[in-house]
Amino acid sequence: MTALSPTRPAGVPSAPAGAAAPRRRSGLRRHRQRVALLLVTPALLGLLIFFVYPLVATVFYSFTHYDLVSSPRWVGLANYRYLFTQDPNVVQAARNTLWFVVFMVPIRILCAAAVAALLTRPRRSTGVFRTVFYLPALVPPVASVLAFVYLFNPGLGPVNRILKVFGIEGPLWFNDPQWAKPSLLLLAIWMMGDVMIIILAALLDVPRDQYEAASIDGAKGYQKAWYITVPNLRPVIVFSVVTGVIAALQYFTEAAVAAGVASGKALVGEGTGSGLGYPEGSTLTYPQWLYVEGFSNYALGYASALAVVLFVVAAAFVVFLLWRTKSFTGSGS
Amino acid sequence: MSQLGATLDVAVGPGAAGTPQPPVTRRRRQPVLLWVAEHVVLVTLAVLFVAPVVFVFLTSVMNNDQALTSSFWPEHWAWSNYAHVFQVAPLAAWFGNSALYAVLATVFMLVSSIPAAYALAKIEFRGSGLLFMAIIVAMLLPPQVVSIPQYVMWTKLHLTGTLWPLILPNVLGDAFSIFLLRQFFLTIPNEYTEAARIDGAGELRVIWKVVLPMAKPGIAATAMFLFFHSWNDYYGPLLYTSEADPEHWPVALGMATFKGAHSVDWSTTMALTMLVMVPVVVLFFFAQRAFVEGVTLTGVKG
Repeated sequence: MTALSPTRPAGVPSAPAGAAAPRRRSGLRRHRQRVALLLVTPALLGLLIFFVYPLVATVFYSFTHYDLVSSPRWVGLANYRYLFTQDPNVVQAARNTLWFVVFMVPIRILCAAAVAALLTRPRRSTGVFRTVFYLPALVPPVASVLAFVYLFNPGLGPVNRILKVFGIEGPLWFNDPQWAKPSLLLLAIWMMGDVMIIILAALLDVPRDQYEAASIDGAKGYQKAWYITVPNLRPVIVFSVVTGVIAALQYFTEAAVAAGVASGKALVGEGTGSGLGYPEGSTLTYPQWLYVEGFSNYALGYASALAVVLFVVAAAFVVFLLWRTKSFTGSGS
Repeated sequence: MSQLGATLDVAVGPGAAGTPQPPVTRRRRQPVLLWVAEHVVLVTLAVLFVAPVVFVFLTSVMNNDQALTSSFWPEHWAWSNYAHVFQVAPLAAWFGNSALYAVLATVFMLVSSIPAAYALAKIEFRGSGLLFMAIIVAMLLPPQVVSIPQYVMWTKLHLTGTLWPLILPNVLGDAFSIFLLRQFFLTIPNEYTEAARIDGAGELRVIWKVVLPMAKPGIAATAMFLFFHSWNDYYGPLLYTSEADPEHWPVALGMATFKGAHSVDWSTTMALTMLVMVPVVVLFFFAQRAFVEGVTLTGVKG
């Protein structure tokens, strides 16, 4: 479970083995150790300054009252008590974020897998289709949100106009508390290209002879799917689920911009608080609430408590990932 | 490859499940109906995926009175909308800021992250496992978890109000880029690096002469990921730039406020949306292979 194993099997000497120079070899090793440390020093400093220190500081701030003007004042567990018992918005924000974790992650992966499966058969047109399904993932999310809020505009947006042609009265989409999250889900499906490409590559990587061997043994189609395709896809699915969950936990941009554009409110600085969550808090995600408390209300101590809770939840998933799948770290085995 | 595709449909495609056939002959015997069904599904999906962009484009060349009427096709092609965007918003400054952010972040990242990724991939050293683990954790944690102390830090350095708090950290490496570069460097056979070392090359020379040329696609992919990440970034600039100072915004932030500032002017907003989408699409067609390879390697090759 280290970075070493794929590079060189354990026990194989690092320098060319010669009877002549065991001493020179260990000197070379020491030298290379020093060079390696030198090469990773900037990254190491970066981790310490921008990751380890802020993590420790967040935990510290979470026990304080801090507004950036006066220095932090110790308040013990008061922030956490407020978070878990009094904060009027945190429950809704956490539930909204949970909604995105529960629905957005699996639905995106299922859609991506279905499209990827359709693209595995080689055709002349495969490249075109692959590009069409992948490109939306690259479009700047803010631009995509603007496009979707326009398309799903309840009045005379193209989607509702088309639905009307079929005699369907379209919902208010981004302007309806019931429909705002599903509308964001549709946007997320449109942007599923990165997941699709990963699954497609994994599908094409399944060794063909496994299917042939199974056929010779008389396996049926669904048996081959269950015993060959699914196990071969497992690392990729686990990867997609965990990165998807992490992304859903930090879901911010699309929800914030959609709320701002649909409500017609400006979205920067102090104004952020007012437009967020529109309509009726239905799109207020947990990171947005953290942002409002920290950077609109300058309740940095309380926002830190929110951050610590987010950290615990996210870390649980990261630990699960590292424990569950070795293929992710490259140590294979 | 072709047989592989056929068998995979058996395995995954719902229509084909339960019809066991030897994979090699399956493709030839694929029923016409199945072929038609698959293509109808594919083409329908493709139309649904392209349609948003088509509507955005059509709206962007309508005059604003028409944008919210029931017609889909522009009456007059109002190309002037595109010029109008530049008049109502400091768009040149926004694009300039985005470019500065994305280019500097990418260059700094490459200089700092390539050596670290190389050391992690190709040199045995004590603590490399621990360091790699820390990089993965840093890469996976939501940025909001650490953004409060970071914000305090940059405030004390008087750099809030600018994009520097987002650019400068790349001088000290970027976790995701290091992870990705390491994955690419692992695919370079050790024989090459060892041979260069035996010839007396130092590690920097090995990076310059062996790793850089051999990992060019991977480095390009990593650079493009960070470039796009910075170009698309909304949360960072929202946090650090000032509300009162639109001249310092990148385009992602500026366009989010655009609709609010210009009430219901949908056609101008859609023109702006097109202006932001098109460069991305163009860049993709120039660098398609690097992209696809890069995305693939994050998830599969491990």
